[in-house]
Amino acid sequence: MSASPAFPMVDPAALPAADTLVEALVAQLRTTVDPARCAMVGIHSGGVWIAERLHRMLGLALPLGTIDVGLHRDDLETSGLRIRMRASMIPFEVAGADILLVDDVLHTGRTIRAAMNELFDYGRPDRIRLAALLDRGGRHLPVAATFLGAHVALEAGREIVLERDAQDTLLLEVRARSGPREPAA
Amino acid sequence: MVRNPQLDAHGALRHLLSIEGLPRDVLVNILDTARPFVSVTEREVKKVPVLRGKSVFNLFFENSTRTRTTFEIAAKRLSADVINLNINASSASKGESLLDTISNLSAMDADMFVVRHSQSGAPFLIASNVREGISVVNAGDGRHQHPTQALLDMYTIRHYKQSFTDLTVAIVGDVLHSRVARSQIHALSILGVPEIRVVGPKTLVPDAFARMGVRVFKRMEEALRGVDVVSMLRLQNERMDGGLLPSAQEYYKSYGLTAERLALAKPDAIVLHPGPMNRGVEIESSVADGSQSVILPQVTFGIAVRMAVMSILGVG
Repeated sequence: MSASPAFPMVDPAALPAADTLVEALVAQLRTTVDPARCAMVGIHSGGVWIAERLHRMLGLALPLGTIDVGLHRDDLETSGLRIRMRASMIPFEVAGADILLVDDVLHTGRTIRAAMNELFDYGRPDRIRLAALLDRGGRHLPVAATFLGAHVALEAGREIVLERDAQDTLLLEVRARSGPREPAA
Repeated sequence: MVRNPQLDAHGALRHLLSIEGLPRDVLVNILDTARPFVSVTEREVKKVPVLRGKSVFNLFFENSTRTRTTFEIAAKRLSADVINLNINASSASKGESLLDTISNLSAMDADMFVVRHSQSGAPFLIASNVREGISVVNAGDGRHQHPTQALLDMYTIRHYKQSFTDLTVAIVGDVLHSRVARSQIHALSILGVPEIRVVGPKTLVPDAFARMGVRVFKRMEEALRGVDVVSMLRLQNERMDGGLLPSAQEYYKSYGLTAERLALAKPDAIVLHPGPMNRGVEIESSVADGSQSVILPQVTFGIAVRMAVMSILGVG
């Protein structure tokens, strides 16, 4: 997949700091998002960490929602339930809402499909847009980010993982893909 | 050591037949998994696609509208197809054996059997004869076990008390004949409750229960003093007919949970009852409807807990 010209392409060997990419997202969102109306929803786990920052920096009026896509995943039959699933918390009315979905790394698009199915279980939103920190390509579904920190081209067999330490510092790491199954991102 | 027939070679849950012998991790995982399902029941669309395309057969060899209904709701909210069979009224009365019934239903591509039977051990027998890939959930067998009831009780206790390791729990009533009590005692012990008390008339709470690691009380007032959780059991009318109790009125006088007796427990103690309850026999109406009663939340959590059990069995 070729990078859309609107968002920069970065080298996996020289990834910007996660917070730099968050800043880049904030710069895009500040001009387009209405802080009084925007209903932000982070996808567990990494998407929630990003969303917490975006929500604070943009000063959004509605409380932050969180989604665990575990019950809508399309690979339950082969991979089973994940342990320690979290409950989705949507603390606003979804019907008619202007939703900004937030995830860390966009890959196959399957997580986003599951998250949208989950959201529709609460009601019919007016609009859903997607903000992602990184897009690593490799889509299995017709999903695109509306707002993006950067594109990154990864070799097969590698993955990008967002981690958070005890001091709430976000760290992006490129590493060999763990486990045999396709990542759901 | 004989392997627990409920667990597969990797220690994952394959059937839910009894709380006894289940590792703590398995219990905690069921309770943790139930939490997101509670949130599913609060949505506009109370349905998730976890068991889409699977068939759950409710096999009730003994009548129970309530338990069958909660399993049915749970399976439907997981998008499974649910087939209810009231066996009393069908094949068993025509002389078909239990295992022949099961073979026939398996040939209809069942994925899960939810079994209620008056004979202790019937779900075990079924589980040991179904083919690989079919799971069995015990929905109550004889006087033996009622594991999903105990799990929903544990979920309720954890919801209100957060942890188990500093609790005193009193189980009140016909402990001897109660599969609910037996499953509760196992679950509370596995989850680390330091003091489990049982109380009731000697004919229904024999001293031998001490061997299960519980404290046996004869007087309700002593048993309730300082407890965090009061778990009431239903008094079955058959007990009076069998001469184990003089009358319902006598029973209420000594073992009914009245507001006065409940005041002996901790001020924030909660009251559980598996239903259906007999007001004025085992519990005073004002207690059943009072601020310490969590009887209706138990019903709501029960659906989420059964969804968790069926999901874990259905997709691993």
